Order: sequence, then structure tokens, then C-alpha cells
Amino acid sequence: MDINLFRGLMTALLLVIFIGIVIWAWMPARKKRFDEAARLPLDDEKEDDK
Amino acid sequence: MTNTYNDKVVAQFTVMTVVWGIVGMAVGVLIAAQLLWPALNFDIPWLSYGRLRPLHTNAVIFAFGGSALFATSYWCVQRTCQVPLFAPKLAAFTFWGWMAVIVAAAITLPLGITQGKEYAELEWPIAILIALVWVSYAIVFFGTIVKRKTPHIYVANWFFGAFILTVAVLHIVNNLAMPVSLWHSYPIYSGTVDAMVQWWYGHNAVGFFLTAGFLGIMYYFVPKQAERPIYSYRLSIVHFWALIALYMWAGPHHLHYTALPDWAQSLGMVFSLLLLAPSWGGMINGIMTLSGAWHKLRTDPILKFMIVSLSFYGMATFEGPMMGIKTVNALSHYTDWTVGHVHAGALGWVAFITIGAVYALIPKLFGRERMYSVKAIDLHFWIATIGVVLYISAMWIAGVMQGLMWRAVNDDGTLTYTFVEALNATYPYYAVRLLGGLLFLSGMLLMLWNMLKTIYSEKPHEA
Repeated sequence: MDINLFRGLMTALLLVIFIGIVIWAWMPARKKRFDEAARLPLDDEKEDDK
Repeated sequence: MTNTYNDKVVAQFTVMTVVWGIVGMAVGVLIAAQLLWPALNFDIPWLSYGRLRPLHTNAVIFAFGGSALFATSYWCVQRTCQVPLFAPKLAAFTFWGWMAVIVAAAITLPLGITQGKEYAELEWPIAILIALVWVSYAIVFFGTIVKRKTPHIYVANWFFGAFILTVAVLHIVNNLAMPVSLWHSYPIYSGTVDAMVQWWYGHNAVGFFLTAGFLGIMYYFVPKQAERPIYSYRLSIVHFWALIALYMWAGPHHLHYTALPDWAQSLGMVFSLLLLAPSWGGMINGIMTLSGAWHKLRTDPILKFMIVSLSFYGMATFEGPMMGIKTVNALSHYTDWTVGHVHAGALGWVAFITIGAVYALIPKLFGRERMYSVKAIDLHFWIATIGVVLYISAMWIAGVMQGLMWRAVNDDGTLTYTFVEALNATYPYYAVRLLGGLLFLSGMLLMLWNMLKTIYSEKPHEA
């Protein structure tokens, strides 16, 4: 394979992976899970008061 | 509560963060004064600029910044996983081991014992101790994540985890050396390869030690202090993967116009430019966490420290990609502009977010309602802000001036200025920089007083 074809394909692959991560993160199915995770630093209040 | 967190090691690291911050910055002020008045080395080799400068950088990055990262990551991982630290004895070893590393650095560097690699100066016996402490740190941190009671691994822990793993790899690879005596060794790499390994290490020390780790602090302490969840958890995921994927390749921008092959220089430049996107994504995510609660900035100086740190982070991560462009670098490299850029990041971002987190931690660690004096935090904020602004604007002007003077040529092709003329023109800016550094150091002394008062007084001072 020509090295430049390989370089082009790698760039395209990385772009696809990036777009894949964005789509994965914004899937409505994961909203609840992420909202829960985002509350983790706030939900430890009771632990602090002990 | 059956669930007792291990906060002793957090308290130890938190107190030492303030102590080492003062030591490291005091050395910085001394060497800033030496640039203005060279006689301040008193003709003692141990106090010469070349030996104290690495002591300053090691003390502020690894002693001050490192202690802050240990403290905050141990605090955050226990609370967001809702379990005490894994292997508490190993956690205690990380504290005493890290302190031993710092003391060894403070002895060997003034003696002139060094590998001569920036931010990796410490000779092989100390480098081995660092590796042992770091592997222990990884076992404690990831062990705690493994036994967590929560279903999720909070995003701050992803950043702390990436920082711990990457620094282990960077430190070990860059320190591969052949010892020839107890305090001397040669790197296994040579020439350009050695330079590239060093700056792969060096820039990722910035990217993972001074950025990913402190973003971990940001993702836990900003939501906590603002009492609101992070602006966008989804953005934080994209921020994480984009940032760690890009940072790894930016190192060659430290070697523009050197013997490094052109393609590698261009690669480093492109990745440095791309870094603007995830950096600003993270900055916006942090600042926007306050959206709808901006009024809190009026009353909470801790939050002020945190939000201003993010503003400096945004400034430094805009400036960095610009300086990574080869033609801009041709002007900025080897000048004080670089020093200004580093301090915009190190004082404005790293120290500010650390100071904010430490002020948030101290009352909780010592069973107090709040810091002894909230007014003193506010005063610290203003002293430190003025200090940083004086420091970086002096270095910007000095740096651009130096770059322009060095490259100026007459019609016949000779240089317009001698080097010493450029140095002479820099003196007033060195004075302003010294003043900025002194102000920043005074803020830290105020913090020490406030910390001791909080620990030893039963009741907070009524404002």
C-alpha cells in the first residue's frame, strides 16, 4: 500500500472514531446514566457530615 | 457510618501543598531577583541560578502541584466511589515516599547533581524512588475505583486516572539511563532521538501532570463549590478523549527549526493547533457550570479562584497553539514570552485551581465550618490576580521585544543589536516580574496563616 494512502485512511479512521464518540455521548438512551453520574460529587454531602 | 474515609493522607498532602508552594515560589522569587541583581548568588555555587532554577521548577510542579494532585485525587476518588482508599498503608507510603523525593531533590539539585533534562533532572536513584511511589499511587487509586459502590466512574476520576497512568509511562521511558556511579548516569538515547523523547516527556508533563490532573480537580471541585452538576457531562466525555488523544503528539513544537525532521515538527504544530478545541471545550464546560448562579461569585472567593483559573486556562491554551505555529515560534522561542506563557498556565490556571480546592478542603479535613477568615481568602485572590497579571504582561512585552531585537538586521546583513543590548532593555520588565512574583508569594503566606488559624482555632473569625 502507498504510504500516503495509508496516512489518508488513518486520518479518516480517526475522524470516524471522533464522530462515533460524539454520537455515543449524545445518544438519548444514555442521558439518564450521565445525569446520574454528573450528580456524584453532589450526592456525597451526607458522607461529609459524619 | 461504617464507611470511614481515609482522610489522614489527604490532610497531610493538603498541608504540604501550601508549605511546598511557599518554598517553591520563594525560590522562584530569589532567582527572579538574581536576574535583576546577579550578585544575589553571593558567589556560592549552591545558590547559582543554573542550580536553583531546576529546584524552583521541581518544587512548584512536583512538590506543590504533586501534593495537591495526591490530596485532591484521594479525596475525590473516595467520595465519588463511596468507599475508603484501597491499601491505606500503600497510600501512607505514597505520602512519605513523595516527601523523600522532594527532600532528595532539594539536596541534590543545589549540589549540581542533575541529568540535565528539563523537568526530569533528578538522578537515577531518585528517579527509581519516584517510579515506586507512582506505581503505588496507581495501585491505591485504581484499586479504589475497582471496589467502588457507585455504578459510574465519575469524569474527574477519568482525568486523574489518565494523569496517573500517563505520567508513569512518561517518567519511566524518559528516565531510561545507564548509571556510571551513584549520582551520575547517561541516557540510553542520543542526539535528536534523546531530544524528541525528552520533549515528548516534557510536553506531556504539561499535558497530563499540569493539565489532565488539574482538570480532574476542576471536574470535582467546581461543581461541588457551585453546588450544581457540571454544565454538560456529555461534553466532558468528548473533552476527555479528544484531549488525551491530541496532547500525546504535541511535543515536537519544543523543537521547531532544530535537527528534528521537518515532518515531525509540522506534526507537532498541527496537533498543538488542534488542542485548542478540547481545551476550550473543557474551559467552557467548567465556566458554564455557574450559568444561572453567577451571583455566587460575589460572595464566594473560593469560587472566584476557580472561575478565574478557568479563564487563565482559556488564555494559556489559546496562546499555546499560537506559539506552536512555526513562524510564531521563530519569534517567541528562547525569549521570555515562553516564560510568561508557562506562568500564565502555572500560576493562573494550576495554582489558582489548586488554591481554590485547598481552601475548600481544609475546613472539611479539620472539622471546621469554613476557613478562619473568608475575607483573607478574598484578599489572597486579589493579591494573587494582580501578581499574575503583572508577571505575565511583563514577560509578554519583554519576550516580544527580545525576539524583535534578536532578529533585527541592518541593510548590510549585520545584526542591529548585540545580545547584551536586548538584555539591558529587559531589565525593567525583570523588575515588574519580580514584583508580580512577590505579590503571588505574599498571597501564599496569607494562605498559610489562614490555614494555621483554621486548624488551631475552634471558631472561625466573624467577618
